[in-house]
Amino acid sequence: MSTDPINTIDEGSSGGRSLWSDAWQVLRRNRAAMVALIILTSMTAMVVIAPLLSPYSFDYTDWDRISVAPSIAEGHPFGTDALGRDLFVRTLYGGRISLMVGLVATLVSLIIGISYGAIAGYLGGRVDQIMMRIVDILYALPFMFLVILLMVFFGRNILLIFVAIGAINWLDMARIVRGQTLSLKTREFIEAARAGGVSTPRIIRRHIVPNLLGVVAIYVTLTIPQVILVESFLSFLGLGVQEPMTSWGALVNEGAREMESSPWTLIFPSLFLAVTLFCFNFIGDGMRDALDPRDRSGQ
Amino acid sequence: MLRFAIRRFLGAIPTLLILIGLAFCLIRLAPGGPFDSEKQLPPDIEANLRQAYHLDEPLYQQFARYIGNLARGDFGPSFQYRDFSVTELIQSGFPVSLRLGGFAMLLALIVGVVAGTIAALRQNSSSDHVVMAVSMTGISIPNFVMAPLMILVFAVHLGWLPAGGLGDGGFRNMLLPVISLALPQIAFISRLTRGSMIEVLRSNYIRTARAQGLSTRAIIFTHALKPALLPVVSYLGPATAAVITGSVVIEQIFGVPGLGRYFVQGALNRDYTLVMGVVVFYGILIIVFNFLVDLIYGFLDPRLKV
Repeated sequence: MSTDPINTIDEGSSGGRSLWSDAWQVLRRNRAAMVALIILTSMTAMVVIAPLLSPYSFDYTDWDRISVAPSIAEGHPFGTDALGRDLFVRTLYGGRISLMVGLVATLVSLIIGISYGAIAGYLGGRVDQIMMRIVDILYALPFMFLVILLMVFFGRNILLIFVAIGAINWLDMARIVRGQTLSLKTREFIEAARAGGVSTPRIIRRHIVPNLLGVVAIYVTLTIPQVILVESFLSFLGLGVQEPMTSWGALVNEGAREMESSPWTLIFPSLFLAVTLFCFNFIGDGMRDALDPRDRSGQ
Repeated sequence: MLRFAIRRFLGAIPTLLILIGLAFCLIRLAPGGPFDSEKQLPPDIEANLRQAYHLDEPLYQQFARYIGNLARGDFGPSFQYRDFSVTELIQSGFPVSLRLGGFAMLLALIVGVVAGTIAALRQNSSSDHVVMAVSMTGISIPNFVMAPLMILVFAVHLGWLPAGGLGDGGFRNMLLPVISLALPQIAFISRLTRGSMIEVLRSNYIRTARAQGLSTRAIIFTHALKPALLPVVSYLGPATAAVITGSVVIEQIFGVPGLGRYFVQGALNRDYTLVMGVVVFYGILIIVFNFLVDLIYGFLDPRLKV
């Protein structure tokens, strides 16, 4: 396929590489974003190797040490909860769920949003009108209520929760992608591809979508924290992840109930959640500065 | 103007129908039912109950019945609060939620616009950095984290304010819930205001006004504020939706008897009619509000002919 002369016309890949290295240069000079990136990377690493960092498992109950305060000497650096479970391990395991939700749900919203937006924008005309009218209708729905109902409906299945959150979050992505596609499709290389007889699905896949990735990248870094927030919101209400598995939202909820006697159960998970959201937002801002020069003045 | 209103009204109908349909299917098909409890009801009684509430009919028939009742303004009886109709529950819960949300929005608008304008006027100064840092915090720390932390500090440790409950609905009881509900919105609005204000202050007509020797205050209030507020006005729609969903959590945390709390309890207890009632009510509210926002927008920006 790579010898196909039509596809080598694609300006996007050669122009795109310089866009990405340019963006990386700008991003590297943004100190807040770089610090955020480092914190986030180390947090992810910790969360992944969680079982190696502590002798306790996330659902092990230490009956002799119920609600003990944080102490490294006792072997519980974040203390334990009301059931004697090690909070350090639980916070890391909660992070697994929260970060995974962020990635999976964002991926789902990405796939739906990009294909929907690119198809609507590229086909144009009546198809575009109908498709965007549907988006408008969905836009006016009070989402969180539907998400809560989805949770009630899907009950305890974590994977479906991920998909449900993603499936509801694609509207913005579809709008942004459509707008970009509208301006892309008048460019010469698309015309060239069309003149060369490339089929419409192939043009969308090989020529439109790769050129959208800059905009999409900015939006992804802003979607991940949103999604993490939605999941922790649901878990906070007791609708998300079920015991003994946990997520940051669920931990904050438990902590809030016991904060008067053991405030550490609230503080540590809150801290992890807030720092993660901070980092994503800083990186998102940095990415916007790096990839979207028009916006540089505003931020 | 009238045509615009009619078009918007007609456009809202499919939105509302889809919302009702989705919510109806989800809550009805969810496992469990309104009569599940610790004590198993005798099958005869449960059958009678189901018949009394028309739950034994096929789903499409129930849906048609529900839509029919809804068209007549009847939300039906609540399953969980046996002696109340959903309309009565909304009447008792909504004023509380409205006050909470209304004050939060007001606070967010005032603080957000003022902070954003100050930051824009002194771009890259230390006050600008403080505003931006605080707003980043507001965006990053979710309100269900902020609220318990504030309770911990102001109610438990300092003992200044009550930890929860509505009490007589006085200032002291409302303060913490309103602030924690408003914080994320303050953050968004101040960022929006700052961004658009910076752009407006760079435009030619502001330079002209400066060249004519107008004071900064006159420039801001008579020339810059109106166009700079356009993005804020268009954010009002999503902001309202966010405040409404935020109040679900905030009411739960502070034990405020508002609509959001009814909704969560209703969803957990499969109180079908209550859940549907709240969804429909808020759906209509958001649609009406978006319409009002569009009107304000057209008023602020005469270039847009509504």
